[in-house]
Amino acid sequence: MNTKRKSKRVNDVILQTAAVIIFFIIIIFSINLFFSGHYSPGGGFVGGLMTAAALVLLLLAFDSKTLATVLPFDYRKMTAFGLFIAILTALHSVLWDRPFLTHAYDKFDLPLLGEETLHTAIAFDLGVYLVVIGVTMTIIQTIGESE
Amino acid sequence: MINLPVFPIVIPALAAIIMMFLPKNVRLQRFMALGSIFVTMLVSLLLVHTVSNEGILTLNLGNWPAPFSITLVSDMLSALLVTTSTILTFFIVWFAIHYFSTAYEENYLYIAMLFLLVGVNGAFTTGDIFNLFVFFEVFLISSYVLIVLGGKGVQLRESIKYLLVNVIASALFVMAVALLYGAVGTLSLADLAQKIPLVDNPNVISVIGVMFIIVFGLKGALVPLHYWLPGSYVVAPTPILALFGALLTKVGVYSILRTYTLLFDVNGTFLQTFLIVLAVLTIIIGMVGAIAYNDVKLIIIYNIMIAVGVILYGIAINTQTSLEGALYYLIHDMMIKAVLFMLVGMMIGITRSGQLRDMGGLITRFPLFGWTFFIAALSLAGIPPLSGFFGKLLIVQGGVGEGDLFGPILVLISSLFVLFSVIKIFLYGFWGEERRVYDGPLVPYTKRLLVPVCLLLTVAVAYGFGAELMHPYITQAIEPLTQPELYIDAVLKE
Repeated sequence: MNTKRKSKRVNDVILQTAAVIIFFIIIIFSINLFFSGHYSPGGGFVGGLMTAAALVLLLLAFDSKTLATVLPFDYRKMTAFGLFIAILTALHSVLWDRPFLTHAYDKFDLPLLGEETLHTAIAFDLGVYLVVIGVTMTIIQTIGESE
Repeated sequence: MINLPVFPIVIPALAAIIMMFLPKNVRLQRFMALGSIFVTMLVSLLLVHTVSNEGILTLNLGNWPAPFSITLVSDMLSALLVTTSTILTFFIVWFAIHYFSTAYEENYLYIAMLFLLVGVNGAFTTGDIFNLFVFFEVFLISSYVLIVLGGKGVQLRESIKYLLVNVIASALFVMAVALLYGAVGTLSLADLAQKIPLVDNPNVISVIGVMFIIVFGLKGALVPLHYWLPGSYVVAPTPILALFGALLTKVGVYSILRTYTLLFDVNGTFLQTFLIVLAVLTIIIGMVGAIAYNDVKLIIIYNIMIAVGVILYGIAINTQTSLEGALYYLIHDMMIKAVLFMLVGMMIGITRSGQLRDMGGLITRFPLFGWTFFIAALSLAGIPPLSGFFGKLLIVQGGVGEGDLFGPILVLISSLFVLFSVIKIFLYGFWGEERRVYDGPLVPYTKRLLVPVCLLLTVAVAYGFGAELMHPYITQAIEPLTQPELYIDAVLKE
């Protein structure tokens, strides 16, 4: 049983080659989704889910050890970090005595990009993004390890 | 400080998130858990004080205007319940620090406990029925973690049941919320209270009302939806059991209290009869269970059902007096159940058995422990002037005032059964001869474990003796329930 599975993995040249390329395409698309949120469909949740999907694709094509060497993240810490960013963003309005979760935004002249609106919602979304990746990968790793 | 209502939710959440970075540092975990809950306790007391001076506090999250935003509403009812749950979580965590081994504590134990508190406090504070669901999920997910932690065979078996029941209940909850939104077009509780009377087809509202009873009844363990409760609670370790028994069922009861007084005009309708029948059945099945078993944990678990039934009866009668009684009793029961579960857990930890026939004579070796149990037992049964008395008195008064005699008599009889069941534990467990030399794992720690238990019991007893002092707060808590306009005006600020 064990040897059979190993041999199957070695023969997955097509999957492995394709996965490496597709991985980057998915990541770029997920970042695009992440930034397009707020006013149009997208945002931290979908973006995070898609990034997690890309990571799962790598897991399928290679194995958990390879993934751990390429991307040495502790996904539980990542979840904690995401939650931390999100709650701090929500809390910043408390300092100015405005209701919890109130966001701040303004227009800024940025180099290269020109006039863009910067919104604290993006920080909150970044938190969500990290939480979604962290939780999904933790679940998949815990289920995968027990096999 | 317009953000005051959010702090009892945010402080434990922030602490839990920081603790997630260092799950293996047990000292830090203990310190932060106790510290953050202590701060939450102070904040919630401040909240009670502010609400009693300034009336209902509302907070529109994200600064959106009222019926469209997610609103947090701290009226006296929610402030009192938030305070009670925070106080007892503080003592249970303190108890847990001495109770659990380090291996247990390293596995996100305190983090899950804090998130449970976040969910419970959130459920008490939210003024929006969808967010009630969200906070239900927050504490349910934490409770899944807590019930499975330890990973014994029975625990896994029972947590599967617990999980299934709650997942189904949550699905029903979302469906009921969706139906409600379809029928009325809003989910803010205050806005719903305004718009539900305008719905053309009152039967739709009745159906939704029954769906909510089923959902909250599953959480609150009303007969016939109680079947999951004894099995899954009995496998949980003592501090977890104390937390569940004191908080989780009570959140279900609170939700019934809130929705039935605010949304559904129950008086004289089918829903009222339905609630009374459920309450009576819950009391009866609870009584049967409480005297039938010889397992100390199960006896107290069935006592939860009696209490839920009694409180629900007070809610169903729905007059100022009976609701005051229900709230009095709710707060009393949360504290005293936590105390009893911790004491019973200590008995098991000392004698290595949950069966009464294996115990006996504990009081000769642990006198303080025995008398603490005795006071807690009397308090549970509602012997005046201990804390259970006033709640029951008001519930009975309320019932008689409405011309119902069967209910009040049953409530009084249930007190006898409660007294019998807990005195049985006292007689067989503490009285008599020692059966053998007790060498359970908790023996060296009894003194340390008793400190938080005694302190919580002191709070509970003081609550009974200070019933007169508490009365203005309780009256203020019930006002928005009997006069929903107060709640609606506070949220929508015409």
